[in-house]
Amino acid sequence: MSGSHELSRRDFIKVTTGIVGGLIGTMIGLPSIFYLIDPALREGGKEAWIPIGKFENMQVNKPYPFTFTRVQVNGWERTASSFGGYAIRKSDAPESLLILNSRCTHLSCTVNWSEEGNVFHCPCHDAAFDIDGEVVDGPPPRALDVYEEYRLTEDGTIEIFFKES
Amino acid sequence: MWKQVYAWLDERLGLNDLYTNLLDRPEPKTSWWNTLGSASMFLFILQGFTGIFLTVYYTPSPDHAYDSINYIMEGVAFGWLIRGIHHWGATLMVLVVFIHMLRVFYTASFKYPRELTWLIGIGLFLTTLGMGFTGYLLPWNQKSYWATTVGTQIAGTVPFVGEFILKALRGGPDLSALTLQRFFSAHIWIIPAILAALIGVHLYLIIKHGESHWPKKED
Ligand code: HEM
Ligand code: FES
Repeated sequence: MSGSHELSRRDFIKVTTGIVGGLIGTMIGLPSIFYLIDPALREGGKEAWIPIGKFENMQVNKPYPFTFTRVQVNGWERTASSFGGYAIRKSDAPESLLILNSRCTHLSCTVNWSEEGNVFHCPCHDAAFDIDGEVVDGPPPRALDVYEEYRLTEDGTIEIFFKES
Repeated sequence: MWKQVYAWLDERLGLNDLYTNLLDRPEPKTSWWNTLGSASMFLFILQGFTGIFLTVYYTPSPDHAYDSINYIMEGVAFGWLIRGIHHWGATLMVLVVFIHMLRVFYTASFKYPRELTWLIGIGLFLTTLGMGFTGYLLPWNQKSYWATTVGTQIAGTVPFVGEFILKALRGGPDLSALTLQRFFSAHIWIIPAILAALIGVHLYLIIKHGESHWPKKED
């Protein structure tokens, strides 16, 4: 064996193998990670004004249901996702609209307005929200989401502002 | 601390013995040609790795196979790299395995006691070709479609059982969704499983017998 600062032939092979192996590993390993998580790094975020119904058809204190679908390109396919909610008119003024998202704040099932119970009912884990979207029963952690931005067009249609996630 | 952990593991797993037997076994004086088997194995692992990653986006359906490959090439980060390595690695693997076989033939290493190593090697060569044949169809483009049409048609010329073989390969009389699906299954499950098992026995035999020395004039 040679002196302390000299590499033996065997150690040289070991070190070289380690370095070359490590290089190949990172050169393939790192890109592979980005390849895997690529869809999670994508920004959707398309914005749109979406008509949900005529203001005149919405009755005071009677939730007005609406649904709409958005088409998104995912990979090599176009996928349609459905959204929906309830517009609740508080008075004659269009400014007093409350537009709730019907997606349950617990685990994303869809809530339905129950005329008898006077609540939005979620079938998945038996939750209830009152007409203002506040939780009255069940596991949801917070009130129903609100479409804050909406407008009344000239022909009397209510449109909500929608931003894809 | 680490020494103790290592000693504990070694006592139970025999790590040192493994090391000496796998990586530190005595070798006759040989040449660079003797590295081709290891090169084949490296390529096999590389193909396995990149192949698994390709299945994250690839879909074996006639409607979407082509589009999904397109998406891998243009839509996914480093998709071109993963597919590129798998694509060129496939050709390289056939080449390297073949040259490895030539070197074993040239040095007459197939003789006693290594006949079985050689026979299993033939199995390895054939399954490697099988990987290439089944993988070629998966992009479902013009070239792959017609190559498979021709390839399976050739298999169909076998006397008596030709038609049966052709139908079994294609999953019916013509190329269809069934063909693509069964080629995919063969390419990612059936053939790799066979290949891995054969490699296991191949390596066991090499370790058992050690490598042959290069024949001298007298041999
Ligand atoms: C996937 C394909 C294959 C892999 C991964 C593989 C792997 C290996 C490895 C690692 C060795 C050790 C030494 C060396 O590289 O020369 C070896 C030796 C050997 N291989 Fe292969 N091999 C493959 C295909 C084949 C083929 C196609 C044949 C012949 C038909 C074959 C026959 C042999 C024989 C007889 C030896 C012993 C050589 C000696 O002792 O000198 N192998 N193989
Ligand atoms: S998802 Fe609505 S209660 Fe659980």
